[in-house]
Amino acid sequence: MNEGFRNVWTISKRELGGYFNSPVAYVFIVIFLLLTGFFTFSLGYYHERGQASLAEPFFSWHPWLYLFLVPSVGMRLWAEERRSGTLELLLTMPIAPWQAIVGKFLASWLFLAIALALTFPVVLTTAYLGDPDNGAVISGYVGSLLLAGAYLGVTELMSAITRNQIIAFIISVVVCFVLLLCGWEPVTQFLVNHVPETLVNLVKGMSTWHHFGAFQKGVIDFRDVIYFGSVIGFSLFSTSVVLRGVRGA
Amino acid sequence: MITVENLVKEFGTKRAVDGVSFEVKPGEVLGFLGPNGAGKSTTMRIITGFMPATSGRVTVGGHDIVEDPIAAKRLMGYLPESAPSYSDMTVHGFLNWAAEMRGLSGGARQDAVQRVTNLCFLENVLHQSVDTLSKGYRHRTCLAQSLIHDPQILILDEPTDGLDPNQKFEVRQLIRRMGEKKVIIFSTHILEEVEACCSRAIIIDRGRIVANGTPAQLKAKSELAGSVTLRVHGVAVEQVRARLAQLGVAGKVTAQTEGSMVSARVQPRERGQGADLASAVADVVSKEGWRFDALETEEGRLDDVFRSITRPDTAGSNA
Repeated sequence: MNEGFRNVWTISKRELGGYFNSPVAYVFIVIFLLLTGFFTFSLGYYHERGQASLAEPFFSWHPWLYLFLVPSVGMRLWAEERRSGTLELLLTMPIAPWQAIVGKFLASWLFLAIALALTFPVVLTTAYLGDPDNGAVISGYVGSLLLAGAYLGVTELMSAITRNQIIAFIISVVVCFVLLLCGWEPVTQFLVNHVPETLVNLVKGMSTWHHFGAFQKGVIDFRDVIYFGSVIGFSLFSTSVVLRGVRGA
Repeated sequence: MITVENLVKEFGTKRAVDGVSFEVKPGEVLGFLGPNGAGKSTTMRIITGFMPATSGRVTVGGHDIVEDPIAAKRLMGYLPESAPSYSDMTVHGFLNWAAEMRGLSGGARQDAVQRVTNLCFLENVLHQSVDTLSKGYRHRTCLAQSLIHDPQILILDEPTDGLDPNQKFEVRQLIRRMGEKKVIIFSTHILEEVEACCSRAIIIDRGRIVANGTPAQLKAKSELAGSVTLRVHGVAVEQVRARLAQLGVAGKVTAQTEGSMVSARVQPRERGQGADLASAVADVVSKEGWRFDALETEEGRLDDVFRSITRPDTAGSNA
């Protein structure tokens, strides 16, 4: 098992290094920070609200921001290996395929976590201006990271399906968008009028929006954690199935 | 060391590998020959555990590649056909990564990187990014990766492809040197390479093995094997042709003038009579008092054998 973790770490390290060896990491981080700042302070009416809370002005934008930013981080994970032929190299190394899948996931997730951590000035500003609920801030960050993980899982799966990064990006955005929309109030309102309530709840239950909501309010609900965990788990498992198919043909 | 039993691989309705069986023992360098699309790369991908076979069995050092892939992969170093490497890494970073993937750490890893750097002449580009390298260096970087853990078994898919003649020569030398201690399977379509490095060669065509033997055995299958060629001065073509045809051991005789000389080739009537034929021809020459400047027995040519037992490239895709 020890060896398994070492292999995961070796793969993660290479993948993470890949981000920072190219301009990708810096461009991403700068854009991410600019956008979070813009959304929080302009569109989020941070000052006008007069509340020392990050839920509405800051975290509520994350599902929309991640919709494009997370696929742009994860789109290359497998597509690039397939295109350049390094997949053959990687999968003939003495490792189990799951170690590569998890290693790649963790590398990208860690990268997103670094970007997210760099939004700390927003927290400091709030703490300076008022007296925010620290619990809510922490649970917001936890939820945001889990949300990014779920989108990333979907993106890794889509990246394994194609050798074209652009296609991987577009399909990931669409799938994540559907996952987001099915719990967004305007959509659920529409559904309530047309389909039975149990179905509405089912659709809502599959939504990232729905499960991210409680985190923003400072509640870490076990069921929400399970939800994000299962989206990640299901995506990574499906990635292993897809890769088996890719190798067979 | 490696056994391949009845390997079959189908892509849709196409059979890329169709019942291939062979065995490679320690100390053997096996050349894998065949036209493009014959199934060489596919066979190698199955042996290295990249692709599952449709049916059949591969064991590497006693480990089944499907049931115990990690133990089997540990024994092998693999150079894939296109010699891929991570283009965003430096050569040093890439080799370090490969060493780590092979479970090497600390001083052992540094030593391994140093060793393959010397072996593949990579000192000059060690800290360059892979995507700035020429094709030859990229190729050798990937070759270095396959040697990093000093594996007992090497699987090299077209190791000299894209190299210049000097680099080809160096890689061949390397293969021959390493072949003394390791098991090596390498594919090529350059026939002289087989003669230069292999202890055994397998010719594969349309997914089937059509010949399996030492380079000398394969050459003996050539129509021309054992034939005697002769070049004489001042004799008429007809006379040479008629006189040689009279020999009991002679088969087909061809002769033509080349400037002031006549060159003739006599094939033996039956295979394996090459030695008798040569002395018979020599007798004729001395009896008739022909002045000659060449008289030699041909070993046969690998490319003749190759052409006669494989069919022209009909597969569109490079499998």
